[in-house]
Amino acid sequence: MARVVVDPITRIEGHLRIEAVIENGKITDAFSSGTMVRGFEKILKGRDPRDAWAFTERACGVCTTVHALASVRTVEDALKVSVPKNAELIRNLMFCTQMVQDHVVHFYHLHALDWVDIVSALSAKPEETSKIAQTISSWPRSSPAYFSDLQKRLKGFVDTGQLGIFANGYWGHAAYKLPPEVNLLAVAHYLEALEWQKEIVKIHAIFGGKNPHPNYLVGGVPCSINIDEVNAINTERLNQVGQLIRDAITFVEQVYIPDLMAIAGFYKDWAAIGGGLQNYLCYGDLPTRGYNEPDSFKFQRGAILNRNLNEVFEVNGRDNEEIKEYIAHSWYSYAGGDQKGLHPWAGETEFNFTGPKPPFEQLNVEGKYSWVKTPRWKDHPMEVGPLARMLVAFAKGNTEVKDVVTEALQKLNVPITALFSTLGRTAARGLETRLVVHWMKGFYDELLDNIKAGDVRTFTREKWDPSTWPDVCEGVGLSEAPRGALAHWIRIKDKKIDNYQLVVPSTWNASPRDANGQRSAYEESLIGTPVANPEQPVEILRTIHSFDPCLACAVHLYDPDGKHIHQVQFY
Amino acid sequence: MADSGPPIWQVMQSKGYSRREFMHFCSFAAAAAGIHASGLLSVVHAFEKKPRPPVIWLHFQECTCCSESFIRSSHPIVADVLLDTLSLDYTETLQAAAGHQAEKCLQDTIKNYPGQYILLVEGSVPTKDGGVYCMIGGRTAEDILQEAAKSAASVIAWGSCASNGCIQSASPNPTSATPIHKLLSRTVINVPGCPPIADVMTGVVTHLLVFGRAPELDSQGRPREFYSRRVHDTCYRRPYYDAGLFVESWDDESARKGYCLYKMGCRGPVTYNACGVTKWNNGVSYPIQSGHGCIGCSENGFWDNGPFYQHLASFPGFGIESTADTIGTALGLTALGGVALHAITTNIRKRKVIQELKDDSLSPEKTAEGGDN
Repeated sequence: MARVVVDPITRIEGHLRIEAVIENGKITDAFSSGTMVRGFEKILKGRDPRDAWAFTERACGVCTTVHALASVRTVEDALKVSVPKNAELIRNLMFCTQMVQDHVVHFYHLHALDWVDIVSALSAKPEETSKIAQTISSWPRSSPAYFSDLQKRLKGFVDTGQLGIFANGYWGHAAYKLPPEVNLLAVAHYLEALEWQKEIVKIHAIFGGKNPHPNYLVGGVPCSINIDEVNAINTERLNQVGQLIRDAITFVEQVYIPDLMAIAGFYKDWAAIGGGLQNYLCYGDLPTRGYNEPDSFKFQRGAILNRNLNEVFEVNGRDNEEIKEYIAHSWYSYAGGDQKGLHPWAGETEFNFTGPKPPFEQLNVEGKYSWVKTPRWKDHPMEVGPLARMLVAFAKGNTEVKDVVTEALQKLNVPITALFSTLGRTAARGLETRLVVHWMKGFYDELLDNIKAGDVRTFTREKWDPSTWPDVCEGVGLSEAPRGALAHWIRIKDKKIDNYQLVVPSTWNASPRDANGQRSAYEESLIGTPVANPEQPVEILRTIHSFDPCLACAVHLYDPDGKHIHQVQFY
Repeated sequence: MADSGPPIWQVMQSKGYSRREFMHFCSFAAAAAGIHASGLLSVVHAFEKKPRPPVIWLHFQECTCCSESFIRSSHPIVADVLLDTLSLDYTETLQAAAGHQAEKCLQDTIKNYPGQYILLVEGSVPTKDGGVYCMIGGRTAEDILQEAAKSAASVIAWGSCASNGCIQSASPNPTSATPIHKLLSRTVINVPGCPPIADVMTGVVTHLLVFGRAPELDSQGRPREFYSRRVHDTCYRRPYYDAGLFVESWDDESARKGYCLYKMGCRGPVTYNACGVTKWNNGVSYPIQSGHGCIGCSENGFWDNGPFYQHLASFPGFGIESTADTIGTALGLTALGGVALHAITTNIRKRKVIQELKDDSLSPEKTAEGGDN
């Protein structure tokens, strides 16, 4: 029996530690720990609710904008504000921009090196790489000379002896299965994707002023539309957005998807590894007729239990019995005892670090071992993310989703159960990117049509002034971040934030086990994973990276200084 | 930063030696080192090449927006930075290695390049309760920071987290989040912003490398090159401010004409950053251009500077203009009256800023040389 500690898990956002127990070459138990906390829900208390988007947006700079969106929705839900059509469309465009950019960066820059051996690319025959590239795609940068030049550049880089970000990788590990020629292709696209990702986010700069962390606004969007003015969203700005969308469609269709399918073809054994939990949760997003009509969302809302795709359960963020958070193994304490779960409305948090004094070698996993809390839906551990989104939509009979999923399964010649795996998770991310990038074009066309019809409004004024607000109100903002189901809860009292709570995707996936000993998604997905060499646990990275961890978001702190609704009732 | 020196071949060339003499030198060196003739080429190569400056990028209490911003750099593009300009030996966001192999990358650079590597720090350091609020590899953030900073050639604090504590240090600062310059007894180049502009980040690094010295810093440790101008003074909407043309409500007719956002809470008048000039995402836009006021994300304590949409009279350092505003509020002057006062006082303010800059440039060595004042 060996205990493997991987800390830091790199190529993620934030600070994550995995401890795994390996027996006879397979993982028999695993522990996931978030090792950083900032505590800004506490910081939010007493502030203007209209500012909350800016604070919560800083939960994460990788999935920038997603918290800002959840936050403005939460406040609008509390104040009962509907945003104008143009604001909905611009928010959808920003949402899609984020998801497409984030998924591409995840695939090439955070995940690819688990499957692609950079060093092997040095021995590739460039003309063979060119043939492969031209077989799988019409992407023009595919000549033998292009790959030859790249290989020379890579060789020069390696020969300096300074491998920089590529140093000390598990190069040469038997788990790397790609031929040198495909590795060279992937390296080329690693660099091209790095260059391309900075382009698509210009859509955030156009509508939100900058990226990362563009600006949002409660009641709409901050930019104004005026097609007779250079100082507003005008034809030139819209043309730029249109061009960026067209380029994004080309990149996703001609680079990302062909690469994903080509690489997946060499790793079909990973369609039977890393499945983990059997339950999936999706709040849904991309409204087409307003936030209060979830049936109109492009991503549908629902929950699946026991991988039963014949039944999709309703999900309600307001129901006190549905979503609860546990802290049995998290470094917090609850006034009513650490074993019970609390709905976010009634949530409470007090720091209670009981871990070993740093520096330390191992965590005490019998006790508390993470800064991440443990959320449950009707007491079930749930996986959230691209796979959950695709499964819920598939199970609900969404034809667009069914078509892309079925096409991919046929191409790889694998059954639908292949989705419940590490490979399935990685593939689902690519497939939804393909859908989203085309949806973007639809939102863009609709925006143009709406402007053409004379509607230029981007903001609803009626509830901006706090004097129009009720004394006390509560709201829930449900959303889908690239990494999965994201929700904010707010309680506004006397025009100020009385209480603010976030339950984010990586809280669902990365959390420690609950009071009943049920593992969450990361931990469960590692069980049974083979590890050939515990010194080089590339298998652990493959499965953990397939979730696209984002720990700065996941770590959770909320503390209304002993004035919780829960405590008021309790005492 | 300490210079690791030009490669031998370059030195020999500059002294007039031929390629043939260089090869001769290499074969002597190889023989002296006991290297077989077949290994000669690698010796030649080693003497020809110049090592890329090693870089360590630490992540503490942050959201990784600085790393994300960095990879948005358009000039230079980041692929060239990674392959040709720097050797980014440790960065949790991008590096291939994980766990103890990643830690080895960190240790190797500290050990093999003392006094030569650049240390980039993203995130603040929590000092409360023995540092348990940020731990990596079982060690505290402060422990790692102190070790890495000890023999770094230069230390750069990326973003507001590392420069001024940013959001986690906003009241009540639950984890005692601390900017790194408060923990290190050496010069730290502060590059604030949430995040900083991509091309400012690569600009600061390349300033170090190309000009071989740190950029000139202001009293807060910020490079003057990018942080000496108020957003207000470089804003393309400034003429509307001077003319008294303001957005009064989101998406009103004035917003649709792109008038000044001062009354909507814009912090441009109290924020020093390059947004109005360099702009974001390769010059596409910046917050004000896209209709939202500046939130002052590069200034110390900006999260606690009052609600973002409330135009406050008491901005720190706002000086004479805040007085004008207070008068405006207290006397119940019409908006137009307030504007007129702004228009007058802003010129006074401009003169004051110019004078401050003049005073500030009277650094000791300049004075010793006779100065330029």
